[in-house]
Amino acid sequence: MGIIINRDTKVVVQGITGLQGSFHTRLMLDYGTLIVAGVTPGKGGTEVHGIPVYDSVSEAVERYGATASMIFVPAPFASEAALEAMEANIKTVVLITEHIPVRNTIQILAYAKRQGVRVIGPNTPGIITPEDCKLGIMPAHVFARGEVGIASRSGTLTYEIAAELTKAGFGQSTCLGLGGDPIVGLSFVDTLKMFEQDKQTRAVVLIGEIGGNAEEQAAEYISFNLKSKSSPLRIVAFVAGRAAPIGKRMGHAGAIVMGKTGTAKSKIEAFRKAGVKVAEKPSDIPKLLAEKI
Amino acid sequence: MKLFEYEAKNILAEYGIHIPDGVLASSPTEAREAAIHLHPPYVIKAQVLVAGRGKAGGIKFASNPEEAAEHAKQILKMKIKNLRVNEVWIEEKIDVKKELYFGITTDRTHRCCVAVASAVGGMEIEEIATKDPEKIVKTLIDPDLGFRSYHARAMARKVGYSGKLMIKLGKVFAKLSVAAMDYDAELMEMNPLVETTGGSFVAVDARLIIDDNAIFRYPQYEKRLFSEGQTELTPEEISARRAGLAYVLLEGDIGIMGNGAGLVMATLDAVQYYGGSPANFLDVGGGASKEQITSAFKILLTDRRTSVVLINILGGITRCDNVARGILEAKKMVDFTKPIVIRLVGTNETEGRRILTEAGIHVLDSMEEAAKMAVEVSKGR
Repeated sequence: MGIIINRDTKVVVQGITGLQGSFHTRLMLDYGTLIVAGVTPGKGGTEVHGIPVYDSVSEAVERYGATASMIFVPAPFASEAALEAMEANIKTVVLITEHIPVRNTIQILAYAKRQGVRVIGPNTPGIITPEDCKLGIMPAHVFARGEVGIASRSGTLTYEIAAELTKAGFGQSTCLGLGGDPIVGLSFVDTLKMFEQDKQTRAVVLIGEIGGNAEEQAAEYISFNLKSKSSPLRIVAFVAGRAAPIGKRMGHAGAIVMGKTGTAKSKIEAFRKAGVKVAEKPSDIPKLLAEKI
Repeated sequence: MKLFEYEAKNILAEYGIHIPDGVLASSPTEAREAAIHLHPPYVIKAQVLVAGRGKAGGIKFASNPEEAAEHAKQILKMKIKNLRVNEVWIEEKIDVKKELYFGITTDRTHRCCVAVASAVGGMEIEEIATKDPEKIVKTLIDPDLGFRSYHARAMARKVGYSGKLMIKLGKVFAKLSVAAMDYDAELMEMNPLVETTGGSFVAVDARLIIDDNAIFRYPQYEKRLFSEGQTELTPEEISARRAGLAYVLLEGDIGIMGNGAGLVMATLDAVQYYGGSPANFLDVGGGASKEQITSAFKILLTDRRTSVVLINILGGITRCDNVARGILEAKKMVDFTKPIVIRLVGTNETEGRRILTEAGIHVLDSMEEAAKMAVEVSKGR
């Protein structure tokens, strides 16, 4: 099962003719993702890896009934691409692009809310349901099918932790990157709600980092809904950035402590208060999961 | 990107918000010249991109052009939080009846912009929030609707105004919100926004931080993104940015580099966990080229405080062989004799390991093992 995507999800790749778009389309096809069309304005009528390319998203939707879009379009044009996808009735948008201006992201998410669209990202590695389907740029070999869901604000750190889990025998149901920007679509709370409904998922690893308060909100949700012994999910967390100084952006646009807001300490305390075990270092995560399951 | 006070003020003026009459000067002579054309008394303000210049002595008052020139001379010699003062802004002193605060920023939780007003101003908004939280009024801005005149008036009323002054202040709020949207402001604020004894509102200090990701829309600022003294960045941070790397200087002695912001943060944390102290954060990002690895590694090697360098690469789109070649290239260019600890796994791992092992560099498998070893080496164990 897993959440959001599966083998039958019909996918459009926006920006398919670009370097990144074409490279990852190849890898996603190899993984079994059902990519039905690509979109690059001005390149309609051509093909990439045997996939037909159209000038607009609406053509691809009308022809193939695509419901999801992967966006590899450069930052200055990415918000137009996302709005176009949503207006064409796409219901899941994965925004890989980094460096989209915050004003544009706000506009994208406001429109998504009205259209009932799920936005993953921006600045995300995407989403993968191991051995089933991937809409993303993550190295597939570190993942294996299983019962642990992962929601993360980081890319490489997710691969690191997924690799640790796989090595320890904990496969994954669905792993998704929420995105490293200050404002993103899907949140920890949204994904927890979906994992609760998913029969395959029995445990969740939340990978947070400094900046904002998405982890604190997740902790609050957990303490009200998932704290009891009868909860369908066991939850373990990791928070990166304990050593980060105040007021400096740590690589991600969203990874910044402002005054007293967004510190690793505040997030770790919130999780612990909600009964969530927080790993001191990534290699502790499998041990904590083993205790919990 | 932070703009200078005078730039932020000139933008406010373009949007019809009153600012004190002022002139920019880069020498005492220019300062005297400027003062002659303004009405005394004057305020001489250091133009630097860090907060707290007042406490550092970067704001002074003068009653005649000679005094203004003398103050300018002193201020232009200063360094405030390590940033040299290259220019001063000389302006007419305003008769203050009341100091307020008004700003626009983003609200991460609600995924929209937020307008913040306060009935007290002149200190940092975080400080007001701690001391006088009840004086702060916030309005979330609906992305479809925007910040409307009635929102602005409601905020003016809530900070204590009525009648004509409420209308007047509401107009100032609304104008700032338009400027903030037009300039992709991560933060735009007037602090203090002064009610004068004459019953008008004047922005006595202003701050504008443009979203770095939107800077391509403002070529006039974009071009100086990488020039020293024109941003709040240190020279090391600027050269890292030029090479497309994310770099933050820290206080320790273990130089750290890796790929991916979260992974590098976790590496810093692991070093700290084992009792070590990171000298920096350096993220080469995804799919770094050999050239980028070389420039990244050079930044670490030229940091004199470094006792050991720790590299943590988990290759996905980043290729381990590129990393290995980049490292050796940089080592050749800089005379570096300190130890290097490397963890290298992922795409083209075997080739990467071979290259490094042949050059006499030992390669580890686990990030935590590598962090631990780097800490031990840094302590001479």
